[in-house]
Amino acid sequence: MRYAETGFNLEVDLTRGNIERVATDPRNTELYLGGLGTNAKILWERVPPEVEPFSPDNLLIFATGLLCGTPATGCNRTIVSTISPQTRLMAFSMMGGFWAPELKYAGYDKVILRGKSPDLVYLWINNDKVEIRDASHLQGKGATETAELIRQELNEPKAQVASIGLAGENRVYFASIEQGRSSASRLGIGAVMGDKGVKAIVVRGTKDINLARPDEYMELCNEVLEYIKFRNENPIPGVMPILAGLGSPQEMKVHDEKWHTENFMWGNSRTRRRDFWNEEIAKDWMETMESMRTRLISCYNCPMTCGATISPPGRPTYMMKCFSKLTYTMAAMSDLEFGLGIAQSATEYGVDGFSAPQVMAFALELLENGILKDKDFPEMPKDNEGRFYYLLDKIVRREGIGDVLANGTYWAAKEIGKGAEEYAHNNIKKHEQLPLKLSMLNPVYFLMYCTGEKINITQIEGQFPQAPYPKREHREAFVKDWFQVPDEKFKQYFIDWEPRGENSNPYYPNVQMSCDIVDWQEKMHYIDDALGMCSGLSSFPLKPPYHMHNYPKFISSGAGIDMDEDKLTQAAKRYRTLVRAINISRGMRRKDEKPPEDHWKKRFPELEEELLDTYYKFKGWNNEGIPTKESLHELGLDYVSEDFLERGILTDGEDIPGEDASSKEAKAAKKKK
Amino acid sequence: MTGNKTDKKKKIIKTIKIDVDKCNGCRACEVICSAFHAAPKYSSNNPARSRIQIIRDPLRDIYVPVYAGEYTVAECAGRDKYTIDGKEYDECAFCRASCPSRDVFKEPDSGLPLKCDMCESDPPLEEPLCVQWCLTDALIYEEREEEVEEEVEQEELEIGLDSLADKYGLEKLMDTVARMSEKD
Repeated sequence: MRYAETGFNLEVDLTRGNIERVATDPRNTELYLGGLGTNAKILWERVPPEVEPFSPDNLLIFATGLLCGTPATGCNRTIVSTISPQTRLMAFSMMGGFWAPELKYAGYDKVILRGKSPDLVYLWINNDKVEIRDASHLQGKGATETAELIRQELNEPKAQVASIGLAGENRVYFASIEQGRSSASRLGIGAVMGDKGVKAIVVRGTKDINLARPDEYMELCNEVLEYIKFRNENPIPGVMPILAGLGSPQEMKVHDEKWHTENFMWGNSRTRRRDFWNEEIAKDWMETMESMRTRLISCYNCPMTCGATISPPGRPTYMMKCFSKLTYTMAAMSDLEFGLGIAQSATEYGVDGFSAPQVMAFALELLENGILKDKDFPEMPKDNEGRFYYLLDKIVRREGIGDVLANGTYWAAKEIGKGAEEYAHNNIKKHEQLPLKLSMLNPVYFLMYCTGEKINITQIEGQFPQAPYPKREHREAFVKDWFQVPDEKFKQYFIDWEPRGENSNPYYPNVQMSCDIVDWQEKMHYIDDALGMCSGLSSFPLKPPYHMHNYPKFISSGAGIDMDEDKLTQAAKRYRTLVRAINISRGMRRKDEKPPEDHWKKRFPELEEELLDTYYKFKGWNNEGIPTKESLHELGLDYVSEDFLERGILTDGEDIPGEDASSKEAKAAKKKK
Repeated sequence: MTGNKTDKKKKIIKTIKIDVDKCNGCRACEVICSAFHAAPKYSSNNPARSRIQIIRDPLRDIYVPVYAGEYTVAECAGRDKYTIDGKEYDECAFCRASCPSRDVFKEPDSGLPLKCDMCESDPPLEEPLCVQWCLTDALIYEEREEEVEEEVEQEELEIGLDSLADKYGLEKLMDTVARMSEKD
């Protein structure tokens, strides 16, 4: 018997209309856990680098995490993996909501889509009965609207629906997949779903999910619940409100937006408004939020209420989460009422709340600077807010200039030319970033921005405080009940971190400490993404209920896999390296691993080189960021190095430009034998 | 008629106060209920087997936790719809019955009826688990004492057999039981 997982994937060939239920190999669960881990394994094996994002041979994998559907609080994430049309690298966007547990209860760990349907269809998974159904009547419908219509036509109010809107149908490079109160938004996976001709995947499941050692598992679950209660009653002192508690940042609850509005950039990630927040705005925005917010809501099996149902006047109700509260407002230099209103359209169209506003602000900046002309925007309204609605509509319909903008700022700038590239200034690996422009280089964040392969800072940061407390005594107090650290040394790293002077950014945390901190933060996110745990209860907040010390026990007693901290670290490293291997095989190299030029005002080229050199080495990658043969071997990934050797990405026994000395020596030693 | 003698006795009435305004729709109650009632206890979970179900329609702001009550043979002659605070609640939204008109409060495989037992357990739990797992306090447990007439409680097996008899006919059920006992 399989525990926590079902042991079956659903393979759907959309070209032929063929559906198969395929048993999975339990050894892969031990090596790659599930979710992101096993997705990476499948993509490596079945989607070689020659396959284009919009090829029928690209796969679109909807995966549950290993522990989704068990009673572990907050374990509800769907991990969607494919090749991104925007970055041309592996995309693994994720969503909370209710979809993943439902798929588990229907008896599947993953749905793997391949091929392309000739007509628009939706997939209806009802336990053992799986059908591909006509969706021509849903063409052009909003994502939420689609979910409602499907539930009605199937007469299944409890079915969970993951759907795309017009943006996905029209293959907008930042189209999202919407579901429940959540969405998988980053990296254009909605476009791949649209390209495959799939409007929605609908799931209803009524089967059991089993636990290997139930008593032990339930004890762990209860401990987590108790700790959540404790943390809710004891917010962390001395940090801004959104970092004090658990959950994803409580944007639907917290009214004080001084920090975001004065520290994040407005417009096309350009303008910092230092004295923006005042009493009048605070009152005005609070009234807006309270008049439109009907209820605080949660994802499956989670008490954190990070989302809300929002009813803007004269518009349908929708569900919102997190920072999309402010992205439209700030891109348009407008107010919260506008932001909550346009987010309703954006949710129905199904676009990413980070990229979409930035693309629109970018377009208007090009117009202001004469690179785009009035004729490129026929019949565009004169008012600022009207322009954003106009642009959103053009983009999701791919009409006129919208067709260019729909590929995101990087590709649009290339196509527009005439110096437009200068305005696509906030990208990493061709993908729009949070609108942040800061002063002093932060070595930890430098490494995360460079090497994060989710290409989104919020999905690699967390655990370690973003800044030091001013006083040592406060730092000492903070570490007192910081049992989540994987190693005691992290406490000292934090205690010695000063806001100013010798022990401050950019030289403190020093290079080695920065490597340790980034590695810990990244590891926790990768574990979450394989288990299906929401980072809001784990890798993102300070002092979370899930951590390196209880995760192995959850896996052992839940899935019945013998697990300890070392084994888990090794597993996470294995599939993390596999994600990198996929991207390396698609051409990603050191040159691509850099933050936006203007991210920090004060840059330190020598230190940055040293950071990257040291971190690469620490991770077992050569100077180009390619995992070495030795480190691949250590992870049991010889099949990757064989492929790399075959493709000339690694060269056996020969010097690789810039490869580090230790691996040269190792190779030399091997040669002698 | 007078002089009818009724046996009265004190009974603890276990009450779960449901505050629908506080429900966040997360269904943790369904998770823990189905886990507790699994055999062996906690060995599996499956919200479709839960004896509490959230009637949930987020876009209309409808969140109603409903507990499984008695099994009933026939559906009601008519159906009602409630409008409260401008929100229209579906027929049967507040009904606790395991009834032929709908598939809630039935075992997904066998169709046998489910009923909330307030997490009956030895030693008894402090509170039913759905209440313990509801951190938003939409579910609050209370006990009060009432005087009630004594009656014989129908046992679980009997309820199950009753419903099978309704479904397949008593004769067929008896035939099957007879056939099964011959096999042993």
